[in-house]
Amino acid sequence: MNSFFERKYIIQGIFIAAALLLALRLFYLQIVDDSYLLSANNNVLRKVVVYPARGVILDRTGKILVQNEPVYDLMVTPREVKPFDTLALCELIGIDKEGFDKRFQKAVGFSPYRASIFEKQLSSQTYARLQEMLYQFRGFYVQNRTVRSYPDSVAAQFLGYINEVTEKDIERSNNFYRPGDYIGVSGVERAYEELLRGQRGVQNLMVDAFNRPKGHFMDGKYDTLAVAGEGLVSSLDLEMQKLAEKFMKNKRGSVVAIEPSTGEILAFVSTPSYDPNMMVGRERGNNYMKLLNDPNKPMFIRPIQAQYPPGSVFKVVSALVSQQAGMIEEHTRYNCPGGYSYGGGRGFMRCTHVHGTIDLPAAIQGSCNTYFGHVYARMLDQRKMKAAQAYGLWREAIMKFGIAQDLGVDLPNEKKGLLPTANFYTKRYGNDKWGSGFNISNSIGQGEVEITTLQMANIMAIVANRGFYYRPHLIKSIGEKKIVKPEFIEKLPVGVEQRYFEPVIEGMSRVVKYNANIRIPGIEMCGKTGTAQNPHGKHHSVFFAFAPRVNPKIAIAVFVENVGYGATYAAPIASMMVEKYLKDTISMSKAVQDRVLKESNLIVPEPPKEPVKETITMVKKTKSAEDNVTYISHSQRAILERWD
Amino acid sequence: MNQTKKIYGGSLDWVTVFIWFTLCIIGWFNIRAAVFDPAHASLVSLSTNYGKQFIYIVTCLLVAGAIMIIDGKFYNYVSPILYGITLILLVVVLIVGRNVGGNQAWIPIGTFRLQPSEFAKLGSCLLLARYLSSHSNKTPNFKTLILGAQILLVPIVLILLQPDTGSALTFFALALVFYREGYLSGQFLAFSLICIILFILTLLFSQWYIIGVLAILCAIGAYLFKRSRKALPSAIILFVASSLFVLSVDFAYEHILQSHQRNRIDVILGKIDDPRGQGYNLNQSKIAIGSGQLFGKGYLQGTQTKYNFVPEQSTDFIFCTVGEEWGFVGSMFVVLLYLGLLLRITQIAERQRSAFARIYGYGVACIFFFHFFINIGMTVGIVPVIGIPLPFLSYGGSSLLSFTMLLFILLKFDANRKGVV
Ligand SMILES: [Zn+2]
Repeated sequence: MNSFFERKYIIQGIFIAAALLLALRLFYLQIVDDSYLLSANNNVLRKVVVYPARGVILDRTGKILVQNEPVYDLMVTPREVKPFDTLALCELIGIDKEGFDKRFQKAVGFSPYRASIFEKQLSSQTYARLQEMLYQFRGFYVQNRTVRSYPDSVAAQFLGYINEVTEKDIERSNNFYRPGDYIGVSGVERAYEELLRGQRGVQNLMVDAFNRPKGHFMDGKYDTLAVAGEGLVSSLDLEMQKLAEKFMKNKRGSVVAIEPSTGEILAFVSTPSYDPNMMVGRERGNNYMKLLNDPNKPMFIRPIQAQYPPGSVFKVVSALVSQQAGMIEEHTRYNCPGGYSYGGGRGFMRCTHVHGTIDLPAAIQGSCNTYFGHVYARMLDQRKMKAAQAYGLWREAIMKFGIAQDLGVDLPNEKKGLLPTANFYTKRYGNDKWGSGFNISNSIGQGEVEITTLQMANIMAIVANRGFYYRPHLIKSIGEKKIVKPEFIEKLPVGVEQRYFEPVIEGMSRVVKYNANIRIPGIEMCGKTGTAQNPHGKHHSVFFAFAPRVNPKIAIAVFVENVGYGATYAAPIASMMVEKYLKDTISMSKAVQDRVLKESNLIVPEPPKEPVKETITMVKKTKSAEDNVTYISHSQRAILERWD
Repeated sequence: MNQTKKIYGGSLDWVTVFIWFTLCIIGWFNIRAAVFDPAHASLVSLSTNYGKQFIYIVTCLLVAGAIMIIDGKFYNYVSPILYGITLILLVVVLIVGRNVGGNQAWIPIGTFRLQPSEFAKLGSCLLLARYLSSHSNKTPNFKTLILGAQILLVPIVLILLQPDTGSALTFFALALVFYREGYLSGQFLAFSLICIILFILTLLFSQWYIIGVLAILCAIGAYLFKRSRKALPSAIILFVASSLFVLSVDFAYEHILQSHQRNRIDVILGKIDDPRGQGYNLNQSKIAIGSGQLFGKGYLQGTQTKYNFVPEQSTDFIFCTVGEEWGFVGSMFVVLLYLGLLLRITQIAERQRSAFARIYGYGVACIFFFHFFINIGMTVGIVPVIGIPLPFLSYGGSSLLSFTMLLFILLKFDANRKGVV
């Protein structure tokens, strides 16, 4: 102890002050300032989005139409990237230095702090090699997800495709989607997007300073599992679909087959088509542009988007609604001298034959224009009301068959077809004093009337059911619980009593019975051939049918553009499909089969879009001064139906 | 001062021993947490840091025991030799030393890495105590101060050659010993403090602003004491001196400090805000400690240290693990243990009869204080990043051994303080 003893207090004071300083600082860091906890979590936590597998789509027999295949996206968070051997990375994923810079700039442009896709859809082999080296590339990681794969390459237009979401998609979804997500763009992928997409999961992974995963944060307490999208069972029959696509190869047109008792679509073909696998993978962009610029429009969904004059299927509907209206009955007879004259003899609509005096079944069998001209005239002119009003009633009855309205099929962008309103004609003629003679072509399904192949097939289902239908649909059931949408089990009557169907069915039965080419041994098929005259080229070939007559199992419509008479292609195709479906065999003569299958390319380029030329479809018999009515169609595709 | 119990020719200060042991155990547990890897979870494995640290702690226990057996007088006699040996080792390390992190700090002996600078503290402390105690009967004079300072200056220069600035700075803490013995005045301490404050202000603000403020302060001072004839000249001298200091600091900062040292200071002062670059270590350290909050994340639950975000997490930045896993409560416990140890040591020093033991005791306190304050201050961001270990907690055999020896030699003196040392 010496004289400076009291200095110990100063020194101890310094020690205490220093400890106090540290304590205050610790208090600030640990208690007051919360930001450090956040930073700590930012350091170690990586939110890894777990993408759910998109729902798989099966055909009605359980065969796979669409499945998923794993691919790997290389992600980058620009701020975390440390200098590294860029060349090695470029080599691994097969890009050049320039491509690297471009991708990196893009990622920086998106966000320096958030991960974005650097390179999409690496193969499993590339991924395996990359994974070993990944620790060298700080700021990069791999995220796996799945892409669609189509083992049989069929039903492209039905299945549609998925694509990366656009800004608009994200906005519309209230930010449900994030950049880089996929969304159904067309076909069933779009129609059932909400079910197929499933639910994203999030893993809160902890990583070390070298970005190596070290386990789940809080043992996965905040992780959410990805929920796979619902699987869908399609109504399609893969075998039927494949067969129909084989038959329709190199032809332009569509095929729709429906199971009448359920409305389930068995085959849904649109040609020219494409391999749905083209819309997947790294070449997707190029393929998409190729398909988009293809003059044959392979992405056009013909069964629901191509609208044709209905032709003779319209006679079937006309016969049904006219009986129900009490204007004709089975035995109502008209004389066909080879055409129907109207307007006091001023107009004449040709028939394909001179049918003589025939009743309703014979008129259906012969597709007699004259007979249906008379029927139409009765429906409009002899109902003790103005023709415009009668036309309104007639139109209403016709529309019950699903014509000129959405059938509600479970695909987007369905077209309605066309059946003008009474007002349309009143406007066209300036007053409501018009009558059946002014639009007589409607009687045989021409003029302003348009219909899709799906609607045509559905009319066959209605006839097969004798008076009702179920909404045609492509998805039979949803998910493991096999949920069926309620709108697809709702029976929709068309307002025509069952008894009125028999004369029509009898007529259709005779059509097939007397045509050796399309008759199916042991099965009574009821059908009708149509040949649509195409003023711009060869006729369209049409056939629609259902079978068997008793307890029908299938209704079908086949439309082949620009190939000539109905009997040449459409009828044999329909016949073979029906036989295959009902008997699992094809007895069609080899010659016909070969002709259908092997005929070289029948796709005629569609005529270039010219200004619409008015085409005269009605032949004027006399030219009279007071007759200022011109019977013309404004449709370029106007055609004249004839029985061959 | 007779309250301690007599134990076998003296009495051991069990409070200090208890604090020492607690700190060693805390260190061991936190080193284990800092590098914890569930795949290799065995408690004692020589391949891991905590396995080695366990061996070091056991070794230290043995060494502590040995120190207690050896006669206290021995240390006084051998202090010049010990000092000489450490100086030789400091020279040797410059020649054969392993270059780690830019510093020529270690001599590899088998798997053990001898760090002579750690032992130099012990040697210098003992010799300084011996030298100052031999003059303790006289009034403190300037000559003794200079000669005493030279004892420290030699190792400082040798350590700076490595260069290990952190360890070299430790010796400056011994200024407090000179203060306690009366060689330095309170004014000198206050003056030093003002210098440090001016130094920091100069780096933060333009030197011309500071000189302007100084001018105003001196003018006010001169006016307040205008009755005194000395007031004006002293104000002018004070102003000129401090202005020169400010200018020279600025010059030294810009032209003498190496760029990495400048950066470290800039980061502390907030002049550089670059959490990924220069500020990375400090920022990660603050994140680790700050994220511990009140009670911490729990033992082995820390993520920042375990996953290598904090550099040197088991040596210089070991306090990050404490802060992260044990929170404010745990951090304060450690801070209070150190404060308790420092106050206890000063108390022990004061109760020594011999000047040698007392001066040595203050030397030990100063060294511990410097390490404690600079190390924790560095991890919480109030002191520039200076690489020195936290006594007893940081991983490392050399530092643990030298700190233990420092402490137990004092305890030996204390145990038989009734005898003449
Ligand atoms: Zn006829």
